[in-house]
Amino acid sequence: MEWLSERPCLNPVTEETTELSLPSRIETVAEAAAAVADFVSRSGVSDDAAFGIDMAVREAVTNAVVHGNSKDEDKVVDIILKSSPEAVEISVHDQGTGFNPNEVPDPTAEENLLKTSGRGILFMRNFMDEVVWFVPPEGGTTVRMLKRR
Amino acid sequence: MAELEVKERQAGDVTILDMNGAVRIGEGSIALRDAIRGLADGGKKKMLLNLAGVKYIDSSGIGELIANYTTVRRQGGQLKLLNLTDKIQSLLVITKLLTVFDVFEDEAEALKSFQ
Repeated sequence: MEWLSERPCLNPVTEETTELSLPSRIETVAEAAAAVADFVSRSGVSDDAAFGIDMAVREAVTNAVVHGNSKDEDKVVDIILKSSPEAVEISVHDQGTGFNPNEVPDPTAEENLLKTSGRGILFMRNFMDEVVWFVPPEGGTTVRMLKRR
Repeated sequence: MAELEVKERQAGDVTILDMNGAVRIGEGSIALRDAIRGLADGGKKKMLLNLAGVKYIDSSGIGELIANYTTVRRQGGQLKLLNLTDKIQSLLVITKLLTVFDVFEDEAEALKSFQ
């Protein structure tokens, strides 16, 4: 497994798990967000945490659909949701050619402020407690995000 | 119900767009783009986006906002923001875009700034 982030591995959480496999189209972003909102409300996190998780999931799924899978509907986005008393963990996997978050320019740098893209990762890192990207053996890219309670 | 509803009103030579809903990838971002381009195509140069009813925006929506802001300015126009909700304001702080946009909490003050 090739880790693309300097951040540490996430602690495993296991109590309730839901898995989704969705087609690579824009509508999938809202479908995934609705499913995650359901899951999160069952998990009983705070409203602020739920807002942050919604933001992060939408950005992660958008990246998977648009950048990872290039909106190729023959490819799917796999999402795994896990909750425990300590945290909610969300993994989003695409079937693209791999992604290195360190190659995305800092969108808050003066010279990038007027760029029309590149802010999704900033939001994911801002709203979640841990975010890591890795390339699993089967290929593609997985982003795994953790929100502690 | 549409992801983003946009209503247009005029205050002198300033066009105010009252927005309600979400500016996110897909329908919401497209509605924002269509509304602003419609004004620009109609020769409007002064635009005030009232975001009081916008509860959600994502990075695509922010990208759309930036794209339209730069297009309007390039055409010699002005695009300013009014009534950001706390959440939208915090997103503009995170992205440092509060330093880019002219943002107002009072409509009369915003209108005055166009003169």
